[in-house]
Amino acid sequence: MALKVYGPVRAACPQRVLACLLEMGVEFELIRVDLDSGEHKQPDFLLRQPFGQVPAIEDGDFRLFESRAIIRYYATKYVERGTNLIGSTLEEKALVDQWLEVEAHNFNDLVYTIVLQLVVFPKMGQRGDLALVRSCEEKLEKVLDVYEERLSKSHYLAADFFSLADLSHLPAIRYLMNEAGMGHLVRNRKNVNSWWMDISSRPAWKKVMKLMD
Amino acid sequence: MATIKVHGNALSTAAQRVMACLHEKGLPFELVLVDMRAGEHKREPFLSLNPFGQVPAFEDGDLKLFESRAVTQYIAHAYADKGNQLICLDPKKMATVSVWMEVESHHFDSAAAMLTWELAIKPLIGMATEATVVEENKVKLAKVLDVYEARLAQSKYIGGDNFTLADLHHLPSVQYLMTTQVKELFDTRPRVSAWCSEILARPAWLKVCALRGNQ
Repeated sequence: MALKVYGPVRAACPQRVLACLLEMGVEFELIRVDLDSGEHKQPDFLLRQPFGQVPAIEDGDFRLFESRAIIRYYATKYVERGTNLIGSTLEEKALVDQWLEVEAHNFNDLVYTIVLQLVVFPKMGQRGDLALVRSCEEKLEKVLDVYEERLSKSHYLAADFFSLADLSHLPAIRYLMNEAGMGHLVRNRKNVNSWWMDISSRPAWKKVMKLMD
Repeated sequence: MATIKVHGNALSTAAQRVMACLHEKGLPFELVLVDMRAGEHKREPFLSLNPFGQVPAFEDGDLKLFESRAVTQYIAHAYADKGNQLICLDPKKMATVSVWMEVESHHFDSAAAMLTWELAIKPLIGMATEATVVEENKVKLAKVLDVYEARLAQSKYIGGDNFTLADLHHLPSVQYLMTTQVKELFDTRPRVSAWCSEILARPAWLKVCALRGNQ
C-alpha cells in the first residue's frame, strides 16, 4: 500500500488522521509506534517527525507530519472522491478553517491537559494536578457554551455539512467522555450532545473505534 | 468605505498577523479599534463577531471570520492573484507549508505567546512578570528553535523555498521577543537569526510596526 500512517491507534492525533482517511475511502497501512518504549524519540523516528510526536505519514516519496496538515492535504487531494470535508466555496472553506482553528486553540489544549492530569499521569504512577483539571474544566464549560450557541444555528460547526472542523474533535471528545469521565460536559448541552451523537456514529469513526480494539 | 475590516488593535499579535497578510497582498482595509482595556472584546457587539471574545475579528463584505490563521488563509487564497504570493499552488508544496503552519501554531506559539505576554506585554500594562513561567517557556522555545535551525539548513524559508504564511505567522511574536531577553535564543542560532532578520525586514511587516508606533 502506498500510504503509511505511523502512530499508535490509541493516540488522539493518529485517530484524527485515520478518521479522515476512512471518510475519504483512502487505503493506508498503519505502522504502529510504541510510545511506551519511547520509539517516537529515537533518531529514526525523529527523521520523520522532528518533534518526536505521532502521527507522521509517508506516501511514496512524500512525507508529512502534524495531523491537521495531513487531514487538510488528503481532504483536498481526494475532494472528488468520498465525502467533501472542506467545503466548495472559498467562504465555506474559510469557515471550516475557522472552526479547525477554534478546535486547535480554544478546545484541544484544555482537553489535553485534563486527560494528561487525570488519566496519563496516574497511569505512570504520578499524581495529577486536580486544581489544574478543575480550572481547565471551567474554561472548557465556557467554550462548550459557545459551541452550544453555534450549534443552535448550524447543523455542524462550520456550516450545514460535516467537515474537518467536526472530525477534528472526535478523538478528544471520546477521551473526555470515556477515560476522563467528563461526559456531563457534552450530555448537559442539548445541541452539543446531538452533534456528538451524530458525528460519533459515522461509519468511518466506528471503524477507527474497531481498530482500537 | 473599505470592504475589509479588521476589528482589533495594533498591539495584538493575532491582529498583527492578519494585518501583515493584508499588507503583503496590498489590500486596503479599515482597522476598527477594540478597546481591550475597557473589556470591549468581552461584550456585545464584539461577541457577535467572535463569540470567544478574542481579537481580531474580520469582515470582507458579508463574510465574517475570526481566528487569525483562518483569516490569513482565506485572504491568501481569495486574493491569490494580488500582491505577494503567500501560498503554494502545488498541493504537495502547500501541504508542507501547512505542516509548518501547524508547527508554528502548536509548538512555537504556545511558548512564544507566553513569553511575549510575560516579558513584552505585561510591562506595558503595568503587570508583574512571573519568572518561573519565563524560565519554563524559554526551555520549550529553545527546543523548538533547535528544530527550526535544522529545518532552515534544508529550506530557505520555514515552509519551503519561498516566503509563505508559515513564515508570516511567526512575525508578531518574533518581533516582540526580539525586544526581550529571549532575543539571545534567536541570536545564538545562526540560521534562525538570519531567517528572522530577513522576514522582519519585509516592507509589509514594517507597515504593521509603524501602526504600533502610533498607538
